[in-house]
Amino acid sequence: MTLWLTLAVNSIALGGLLFLLSAGFSLIFGLMRIPNLMHGSFFMLGAYFGVTLLDNRIGMNFWAAALVSALAMAVIGGLVERFLLRRLNGQELPQVLLTLGLSFIIADVCLMIWTGDPWQPPTPDHLRGVLQVAGVYFPYFRLVIVLVAVVIAVALWLMVDWTRLGAMIRAGVDDAPIARVVGIKVSQLFTLVFALGAALAAFGGVIGAPYLSVYPGLDAEMLPLALIVVILGGTGSLLGALVGSFLIGFLYNFGQAMFPDLAYVILFLPMLLVLVLRPQGLFGRVMT
Amino acid sequence: MSRKLSRRTFMAGTAAAGAAATTFNFPAPAIAQGAPFKIGLLTVKTGPLAQGGIQMEQGLSVFLKEKNNTLGGRKIELIVADTGGNPAGAKTKAQEVIERDKVNVILGPLAAFELLAITDYVRDNKTPLLSIAAAEDVTQRKANPFVIRPSATSAQCCHVMGDYASKDLKYKRAATISEDFAFGYEQMSGFQRVFEDNGGKVVKKLWPPLVTPDYTPYIAQIKDVDCVFNGFAGSNPVKFMRAYADLGLKAKIPLLSGWTAMDDALLRSVGDEAIGVLSAAWYSADGPTASNKRFVAAMAKEFNVLPGGYSAGMYVAGQCVEAAIQKLGGKSDDRVALAEALHAVSLADTPRGPVKFDKLGNVIGDVFIRKVEKKDGKLVNTIVKRYPSVSQFWTYQEAAFLAQPVYGRDAPPAKNLEQ
Repeated sequence: MTLWLTLAVNSIALGGLLFLLSAGFSLIFGLMRIPNLMHGSFFMLGAYFGVTLLDNRIGMNFWAAALVSALAMAVIGGLVERFLLRRLNGQELPQVLLTLGLSFIIADVCLMIWTGDPWQPPTPDHLRGVLQVAGVYFPYFRLVIVLVAVVIAVALWLMVDWTRLGAMIRAGVDDAPIARVVGIKVSQLFTLVFALGAALAAFGGVIGAPYLSVYPGLDAEMLPLALIVVILGGTGSLLGALVGSFLIGFLYNFGQAMFPDLAYVILFLPMLLVLVLRPQGLFGRVMT
Repeated sequence: MSRKLSRRTFMAGTAAAGAAATTFNFPAPAIAQGAPFKIGLLTVKTGPLAQGGIQMEQGLSVFLKEKNNTLGGRKIELIVADTGGNPAGAKTKAQEVIERDKVNVILGPLAAFELLAITDYVRDNKTPLLSIAAAEDVTQRKANPFVIRPSATSAQCCHVMGDYASKDLKYKRAATISEDFAFGYEQMSGFQRVFEDNGGKVVKKLWPPLVTPDYTPYIAQIKDVDCVFNGFAGSNPVKFMRAYADLGLKAKIPLLSGWTAMDDALLRSVGDEAIGVLSAAWYSADGPTASNKRFVAAMAKEFNVLPGGYSAGMYVAGQCVEAAIQKLGGKSDDRVALAEALHAVSLADTPRGPVKFDKLGNVIGDVFIRKVEKKDGKLVNTIVKRYPSVSQFWTYQEAAFLAQPVYGRDAPPAKNLEQ
């Protein structure tokens, strides 16, 4: 019984982290049709920025470090979109190659700067400790991750569904040429959304660092998870990303506990089924 | 027009880079008597395994600097090749250093699957190789006269931990957890065999995939045991230990580990949750020998790090090469004689203590039980017990040991598993 409770709470925490990672990926793919294979790199680079700011030499507050890292990543993401991806508008294969190439470059640069040693910032003091309920341990920090993810999910939802900016993004997702015709500056939107996606991934990277730690190869571990979530949930759909994240969080935790030998099968099988039976994803709309 | 220009600039750039690489690859001829003795280091400088690979190169460079780049009167030329941490890369680079650079000896590679990809090749080309990779069979059922291992087999230290846990700590029930690949199987099986032969029971064996973002689902299944033995490697121990502490198990169930999971070089990456963890290792920065004091001081001075097994392994390998050159004198260019001389090396003072080899080419050396403690605000491994001259066969008879299948996921079978 305690095992299941622990797993359930942990599933939700992992789901929260996955949402931060995949929300940006989903928006970028939905709006710009760019399969951004450097999204895992944003996550890792953001996490590296974060651990550097948290290091004793700088000693920044945990949340401040997460925000600064997210801002830095937003700038980098914006520059990549404005000066590189912009030139490849609509050409998927070059986009895939460009983002994949950049992810390799980022991985090697990180290796040069931060060496191959794993970095793991301590859990922030005020969030350390565990909540013990009925013999089950819930680390506070993971509960906080869920909380943060929910707050960001609500904020994103409000932005997309209730603001003018959101309406423009939705218009761009639905039909970019028509949006242009009615005077929406879609190219500016692209830069903005790309920067936002990068920032969210970096923020997730810093928040996740105390328990995932940061090390070479983290990017390649996170990218497939973002892909699965977005394929399951449906591209361009925030609700899809949210549901997909928690779904994967649960599948991952319970799958590994119950059928440890089939860990990857359990993770990827639902994705295959969705691809075959409902290619647009659980919450995606059919693209025209 | 602009596209054309940018392509030309790009070409100029690549040409410049190529030129730079060329000069880098051909060092000025060494002004020494006779041709230099060439050492090819197969290491990993890119990708997820780079952490250990960089440490290997640091350890060897500290050794060569200490020896003024001269071993047994011969000038050394070091050729460093980055395998990228995969078997194909290891094969390519092994061919490169053997056929193009004509090295006398190869040090490395890092990972077991890399070593397995080139053992036949180095035998066919009669080039001795001193590896740090742990795959058991390389010095057991598939031993090869050109492969010498001065570090340890996967299970060499785990046998010791099985003994220590059952006899000294009097633990009766253990759970094991390690990555779902050969290095994990071999470590866990070695522990299980000795632990159970001494009357203990391994009641749970957990195998997370090599890439596991969060270990909580596995750790949550551990209950009702006296200890948990883990064999994680690379950056995984850092994640594992944090999750172990987060779930409140650290205070309840003691954690034991193999050498990679609590390597000295890893200590600066882990937090206070590592305090108290016991590990069995063939090298400890805390070791008492004179050469180790020199080695640790030099690593601190050159690279500002506490050295672990990867660096020490290359330092010891360097010492073995030196001893073999000294013994052979003018004949050290004969690679077959070099391989034989390497098998016969016996050193009293290395950073890991005395070193000699069995006839299969694997080291017989000390294994330490260490405990992580905090001293002057830093985590260190303190030696609590030394097992002298441990062989890869532990206390088992060699013939009987080799008659069993190699350690695997279920070999020897675990008879005491509980749900």
